[in-house]
Amino acid sequence: MFSKLFAVRKKLDTKQRVYVSILSFLVPLMLWSLISYVPFLWHPKVEITEPGDVSYFTEGMMVDRELFDKEVETATSQLKKVPEGERANPIYLPAPHEVATALYTAFTTEPMRRNEKWLHESLWDSIQVIFWGFVISSILGVPLGILAGTYDVFSRLFEPFIEFFRYLPAPAFGALAVAILGIHEAPKIAIIFIGTFFQQVLVVSNTTRKLDPSLLEAAMTLGARRITLLFRVVIPGIITHLFKDLRILLGWAWTYLIVAELIGASSGITWFITQQARYKNFDNVYAAIIIIGIIGLTTDIILAAIGRKIFPWEKGVAKA
Amino acid sequence: MSKLELPSYLEQSEAVRDRFDRMKKRPVTLQVKNLHKEFDSPQGKVTALKDINFETYKREFVCVIGPSGCGKSTLIRILAGLETPSSGEVLLDGAAVSEPGPDRGMVFQGYTLFPWLTVKKNVMFGLEMSGHGKTNSEEQALQWIDLVGLSKFANAYPHQLSGGMKQRVAIARALANQPRILLMDEPFGALDAQTRSKMQSYLHEIWKNIDVTILFITHDLDEAIYLADRVLVLKAHPGEVQEVIEVPVPQPRSPEQLLSPEFLATKRRLEELIHPPEEDVGIDEDKMNMVRMVDVKHEVESVF
Repeated sequence: MFSKLFAVRKKLDTKQRVYVSILSFLVPLMLWSLISYVPFLWHPKVEITEPGDVSYFTEGMMVDRELFDKEVETATSQLKKVPEGERANPIYLPAPHEVATALYTAFTTEPMRRNEKWLHESLWDSIQVIFWGFVISSILGVPLGILAGTYDVFSRLFEPFIEFFRYLPAPAFGALAVAILGIHEAPKIAIIFIGTFFQQVLVVSNTTRKLDPSLLEAAMTLGARRITLLFRVVIPGIITHLFKDLRILLGWAWTYLIVAELIGASSGITWFITQQARYKNFDNVYAAIIIIGIIGLTTDIILAAIGRKIFPWEKGVAKA
Repeated sequence: MSKLELPSYLEQSEAVRDRFDRMKKRPVTLQVKNLHKEFDSPQGKVTALKDINFETYKREFVCVIGPSGCGKSTLIRILAGLETPSSGEVLLDGAAVSEPGPDRGMVFQGYTLFPWLTVKKNVMFGLEMSGHGKTNSEEQALQWIDLVGLSKFANAYPHQLSGGMKQRVAIARALANQPRILLMDEPFGALDAQTRSKMQSYLHEIWKNIDVTILFITHDLDEAIYLADRVLVLKAHPGEVQEVIEVPVPQPRSPEQLLSPEFLATKRRLEELIHPPEEDVGIDEDKMNMVRMVDVKHEVESVF
């Protein structure tokens, strides 16, 4: 059994793979549940249920356990009314069921002020920022990457500067982006663009260079020339890998979202998260973070399925 | 072991000699003149090919054979136009060759089928490149696919085919352009023995029925003799033509001939040329230092 589970570079059978994949989500969830529901594991705080005679305690207040124990001791020795409380986790670590509820209620709760947005509206803003940042980056980055990977002259022309530029942290351009593009969507899209574009050119050019050169040679002996080689061999030859690259890069774009949305007028899911953190609604904060994860994973799964559909030869390419 | 009594490989029967005489009266397809190729390496200039001269006649089957490092792949790549010679020239039907073109079809050892195209589209590729319309290309492609016996797989992708089938598609793809010469660079090198001999027979069938000259690189002596009209033997360091052997085995060939006296005589000659008896005993870099690692009382004391 164990030797089968831990065979080096052997695929598990389908059933086992599904089980283990589910486990990959269950294990973190179990750890979280243990810490949340088993009091003696952590629970460094005490939530006051009955202040007793301690003057500064109020009901629902969270205090450190040591402080509580000391007050209990003092009250007992002075024969005063002893405070009562339950062990609790800090407010920034809500229990799974609270976050699960928040996943639903966050969408149904009306915004605090009238000009504020509902969660789904904030999310929609975020998705648009990501979408445009990524699309603009890809429209420029993919062709440049393919050119750089195909022609050495373009590789030398683009890559040294891009190599330099990609080390400049995208958020560093935040202030500049706001100065140039204003405080609304545009500078945020620009940050996503800066964060994605330079990596994208390099990743795509690398992928292009990995194309088996003998395919190009075969095409040349069949009469293909210059630009035809590019469109009939290079691009179809790398398209499946390109698609995978873009899926990975889209994930990177999400990591720039939070920074991007803090720039100028805070907006989107980030605005929602900071706002909720300010109100100490940490269950909503976790819910929002989880929603980002769900959106990311779902898009990736959908894109992977689309890839399998539009590249029917992909299975063989992966094998080779 | 006593050496088998064999005739000289130069002895040709009446029919064979007559065939060679007639063949040499055919027009020359490919002519290679004073071809040199040098590479720059960290150790200085290396001569890969030195003064190569030969020609092939129309519809001839020539095999190029030689030890590893004799530059046979470099030679075929120069003929295909994928590499440029340092000096000398390659003439196809009298015209100089400088870059790859559809007049010289090439079949590579690594199949090089386009994985994103179906068998049919792979074969159509060259036809479309040379400006044939879509319907016309498709019609012709299907004929070529039929010729190599893969009609059932016209809409399959390369990854669904076996090695031998892939190479048949590659041959069909190269032939669809109706090249003057078909260059084959160890095309069956990656196939298992059984598929390999089947492919050799297929190739002969194709060659018999199509107007094409074939230049075939191999390192397998049997393959060279079985397939070729003439065998071009190269030697290594630098790559030079050592001998051009007219294979005395009568055509059409069949696998039974593998044990005929002419075949064995030719093979012996090729072996002499390619694996000459070791003369310089001094340097033995490539030798195993074998000591007995089996216990004297081992249950299988000796394998003999």
